[in-house]
Amino acid sequence: MIDILNTISRWAIPLLFLGITTWAISRGVSVYESFVEGAKEGFHTAVRILPYLVAMLVAIQIFHHSGALDRLTSFIAPLTSRFGIPSDILPLALMRPLSGSGSLGILAQILETHGPDSLIGYLASTIYGSTETTFYVLTVYTGAVGVKRIRHSLITSLIADIAGFLGAIYIVLRFFA
Amino acid sequence: MISQIWFLMIAAGVLTAAGRGQIDLVTQGALQGAEQAVTVAFGLVGIIAFWSGMMRIAQDAGLIELLSRAMTPLARKLFPEVPPNHPAMGALLLSMSANLLGLGNACTPLGLKAMEHLQELNKTPNTATNSMCTFLTVTSSSLTIIPGTVIAFRAAHGSTAPTAIIGTTLVATLCSTLVAIITDRILRRIM
Repeated sequence: MIDILNTISRWAIPLLFLGITTWAISRGVSVYESFVEGAKEGFHTAVRILPYLVAMLVAIQIFHHSGALDRLTSFIAPLTSRFGIPSDILPLALMRPLSGSGSLGILAQILETHGPDSLIGYLASTIYGSTETTFYVLTVYTGAVGVKRIRHSLITSLIADIAGFLGAIYIVLRFFA
Repeated sequence: MISQIWFLMIAAGVLTAAGRGQIDLVTQGALQGAEQAVTVAFGLVGIIAFWSGMMRIAQDAGLIELLSRAMTPLARKLFPEVPPNHPAMGALLLSMSANLLGLGNACTPLGLKAMEHLQELNKTPNTATNSMCTFLTVTSSSLTIIPGTVIAFRAAHGSTAPTAIIGTTLVATLCSTLVAIITDRILRRIM
């Protein structure tokens, strides 16, 4: 099974390159010129998203480093444990929408202490795999095009994150416990 | 709303660090965050340029139109305001396909491209359109078939069954995406 998945993930992108260029050549597109024309925009985009990344990552790192994240975790742990949610998982759930690399670090910590094939390990893996870094997506995507009023998208995304989190707990407990 | 959360994170961080008598942690965190932002942004330059180039080839070859046509029924339901043959539709479809395959780094440039095209359709440029909100929530709820990073991570930590979480991940991600779509439909009328 892992071999098949490995093969898929190793071949997906190369095949995509081959597919796109072959199709384009066969339709008479001058692929090199087209590519360069498109690639010109790349640097511009990266520079445009930088201020949004700085704003977000600085706030997140302050929140994480200062120990405020841990405080928040221990504050809501009594509440969540009443619903059978293991408190070991809370830092990951809180960090996941904020920072991809930050939550990956927490995932590593959990897999290290509890083992990847423990219940907590399965839970942490499922939570990490089933959600995106909400704040990154929202700030960077809207920042890049200059949208300032994001309306209901933040609250919707956070509700969806909570739904994914609860869904992960439910299915993992049913499946592995 | 982002402003309030941003402020709360900083304020809570400073107060917590002060309370613990380790105010240095704030400065350290800030420096690290700023540095990380540059690493991430400039780490993306090459790959964004590359994907933009590939996208342009696909566009010039008419591939986007083809893909759009195949997935139009679904996309039309999700993004009724986007004309089916507008480049925004193709970009949206490509970005969502990349997400579905768990292509990771490929998703950001494709997503930004989609946002740029959606912005062309936007009559009030500083406010997000319905389509943008739908796209943002669907992207951030991330419907994933293969959670590649996690599988690799589990294997690296000596798991005997690194792929065991694919099924549970699919259920959880379906759950969050469905809730995202439904909530988006409800809240777009009032916000």
